[in-house]
Amino acid sequence: MLVLNDDQVMLQDAARGFVTDKAPVAALRRIRDEAIAEGFDRDLWSAMAAMGWTGILVPEDQGGLGFGFVGAGILCEEMGRTLTASPFLSTAMMAATALSRAGSPAQKERWLPAIVAGEAVIATAVDEGRRHDPAGTAMRAERHGNGFRLTGTKTYVVDGQVADAVLVAARTAGSAGEHGGISLFLVDARARGLTAERLATLDSRGAAELTFDGVAVTADDVVGAVDDGHGLLEVVLGAGRAGLAAELAGNAQESFTRTMAYLKERKQFGRTIGAFQALQHRAAHLFCEVEIARSAVLAALQTLDADPQAASLAVSVAKAKASSVARLAAQEAVQMHGGIGMTDAIDIGLFMKRMQVASTLYGDADFHADRVALARGF
Amino acid sequence: MDSLDAFRRETRAWLDANCPVEMRTPVTGDDDICWGGRRWVFTSEAQKVWLERMAARGWTVPGWPRDYGGGGLSHEEVTILKEEMRAIGARSPLESFGIWMLGPALLAFGSEAQKKEHLPRIARGEIRWCQGYSEPNAGSDLASLQTRADDAGDHFVVSGSKIWTSYADKADMIFCLVRTDFAAPKHLGISFILFDMTAPGVSTKPILLISGKSPFCETFFDGVKVPKANLVGTLNRGWDIAKYLLTHEREMIGSGGGGLLGGRSPGQVAAAEIGTDGQGRLADPFLRADVARAEVDALAFAATMTRYKDEAAAVGQGVGDKSSVLKYYGTELNKRRYELLMRAAGHEGLEWEGARSDGGARPRGWLRTKANSIEGGTSEVMLDIVAKRLLQLPSA
Repeated sequence: MLVLNDDQVMLQDAARGFVTDKAPVAALRRIRDEAIAEGFDRDLWSAMAAMGWTGILVPEDQGGLGFGFVGAGILCEEMGRTLTASPFLSTAMMAATALSRAGSPAQKERWLPAIVAGEAVIATAVDEGRRHDPAGTAMRAERHGNGFRLTGTKTYVVDGQVADAVLVAARTAGSAGEHGGISLFLVDARARGLTAERLATLDSRGAAELTFDGVAVTADDVVGAVDDGHGLLEVVLGAGRAGLAAELAGNAQESFTRTMAYLKERKQFGRTIGAFQALQHRAAHLFCEVEIARSAVLAALQTLDADPQAASLAVSVAKAKASSVARLAAQEAVQMHGGIGMTDAIDIGLFMKRMQVASTLYGDADFHADRVALARGF
Repeated sequence: MDSLDAFRRETRAWLDANCPVEMRTPVTGDDDICWGGRRWVFTSEAQKVWLERMAARGWTVPGWPRDYGGGGLSHEEVTILKEEMRAIGARSPLESFGIWMLGPALLAFGSEAQKKEHLPRIARGEIRWCQGYSEPNAGSDLASLQTRADDAGDHFVVSGSKIWTSYADKADMIFCLVRTDFAAPKHLGISFILFDMTAPGVSTKPILLISGKSPFCETFFDGVKVPKANLVGTLNRGWDIAKYLLTHEREMIGSGGGGLLGGRSPGQVAAAEIGTDGQGRLADPFLRADVARAEVDALAFAATMTRYKDEAAAVGQGVGDKSSVLKYYGTELNKRRYELLMRAAGHEGLEWEGARSDGGARPRGWLRTKANSIEGGTSEVMLDIVAKRLLQLPSA
C-alpha cells in the first residue's frame, strides 16, 4: 500500500511538531547571521538524538529504532519544510546505512552507539569535480604495508567541515569511470595528512573540500570489501538521494503552501490576486507536480525498505522528480510573491537556496533522468 | 497476508491454464479490443473463449459484487489479479462504458431491479452502452444541457441531441443526461435515464475526426419514449450521478495510454527503432533527454495513481476531486508521449495509409491523443477544479 501506516503517521505528526517548535526557519537564519561555521546547532542535534531520530536507521539490536527508510524520509520531509539544518542526512541516514549493513564488528561498536547518542558526525566523501560521478572516483588508495595511503581531493563534502570521521570512496584498482576497483574507507577526521577547508554554501550550512595527502589507513578501516565497494556505495548514496528527495518534497510543499497563502491575501486591481485565472492555473499545475513528486518519494522509500539493492530506479525517479518540482515550486513562489519574494525579509529565497543545494547533491535531475533511461533500456 | 498469497498462487495457476495464448499479446488498436454487445462479432475464437471464461468467474468486473455478475474481490485481490494478468501479458477480456461508467453509477445510485437487470449483462458483455452527456451547446459547461425529457404519464418523451457520443453507432443502449425541469437552476433540473438505441426516434451520425476515424457520433432524439422505470436515482437529481461519473471518467482517462504500444514507453520504442550506443544510451541525444524526462514523469505519475487509489481504499471512499489531478496530468503526459513517438518515427511517421505503417497507426494515434485533454473535461476545466476545490482559491 502506497500510504503511510499508523506508526508512520504518528512519527510524521511528532516530527512536524518538533521542527515547528524547535527548528523553525528562524533557526537557520540564526546559523547564517551568527556565522556558525559548523552549519548546525549542537543542542538541536542532541534533542534529535533524545527523540531517537539519530538511530532511526540503526537496527534495534544495535541500539537504534530500526524504523526504516520511510520513517527516515518522513523526518527529512518535515525538516525540509522548515529548512532544519542538521547532520541527519550524512550521519543518521548515510553513515548509519553503511555501518549497520557493512561495518565490521569493531566499526559498529566504535561508531553506531556514538551516532545514536548524537555524539558523532560522519561525512561521506565521494565527489571530486563539478558533477556527481561515483564511478568517476579517481582518488588513489595505494597499498602500503598492511594498509593503504589515500591521496586526492574530495569536494563539497556534506558536513565535512565538522565530521568526526569520513567515509571516503577511493580507488584500490581500475581507473576512473569503472565500477570495479572502488573501496570505502572510514577515516578519522584527525588523521595526519587530512585537511578540511570549509566552503560557505548558499544554503548557509556549509560543506568542505577535503584533501588527503598520503593519509595512512589500515585494512581495519575498510568498510565492506576491497575493490568491490561500488555496490555498497550505491546503497549509501541511495539513502542520501532518497533523503534529499524527501527533503525536496517538503521544501516544495512549504514554498507552495506559503505561496497559496499569499495568493489569498495579496490584493491588486481591487481583488485578491488568487482570483486571477492566470495564477490559478499555474498554482493548480504546480499542485499536480508536487503531488506527483510526493508519490515518487514515498515509492522510493518503500522500495528501499523492501530491498536497498533493487531500489536504484525508484530512487532515481524520486530524486529527479523532486529536484525538478522543488525548482519549479521555488521559481513560482518568488514570481507569485512579486517584489517581496526577492527580498531577504521573507523566507521564500531561503527555500530557493536550499533547493539548489539539495537538488544538486548526489545527482541532479539530469543525472537521475539519465539513470532512469538506462535502467529502462534507453 | 497468507490468504492473499494463496489467492495469488491460485490466480496465477488459473490464468495460466485458462488464458489463450492469442490473448497474451498486446492489442493492436481500438478495433482489436473486445467491446461486447448484441451485435458484437468476435475477432477470434480465443477472444470469445477468454471473455466467457473470465465472465464465468466474474472477473470481467472483479471488484463488483457476485450477485451482479462480479467477482466479489477485495481491493487487494483486484490489484493482485491485475498484476498477475500483466505478468503474462493477458489482455483485458472486455472493455466497455458499462464497466467503466454505468456499472459504478448503478452500484451507487441504481434500484435493486436496475442492478439486477443491467449489471450481469454488462459483466457478460451482452449489452454495449454509450454515454449521452455533451451537447452542441453544452461542452465544458455541461450543466447547461438542453435535451428534454417531458413527463407523459408512465413514460418520458425525449427530444434533443447529443454530441461526442463515443461509439453511439455501435451501442445497444445509452445512459443519458436530460433536462426534466426547465424552471429550476441548471444543476437542479437534470435527470439520468437509460434507454434502448433501437427505440423509435433515435438516430446517430458518426463524426469524422482529424485522425481519419470516427469513434464519436452526433446522436439525435426525436420523441423517444422512455419508461419511467428507466430513471436512475431521484428525478431532477441526475447531476449528482453525472458528477460522480465524471470523477470516475477522469480517473479512467487519466490512467490511459497503454494500449496501442503494448505498454512500452516512448524511450523504449525509440531505442527499438533508432538504436542505442555502446553504453545502451539512445543514439539520438536530443530526443533521449526528452524521453528520459518523460519516463521520470510517467513513473512518478504511475506511483500517484497507486497512491490515490490506496489512500481512497484506506478510508473506503473514491478519489474525489483529486481525479482532476489524474485526468489533467495523465492526458497531458499521453499527448507528450505521442509527440515523442512522432519525433522517434521521423519520416516513418508520415505515412497515412498502407501496410508499411499499419495504416498510419502512429500519426493517427498521435492525432487521437489531441482529444485527451478535451474529452471528459478539458485541461483548463481540470485546473479550475484543482484551483477552486483543492486549493480553495477565490472565484473571480
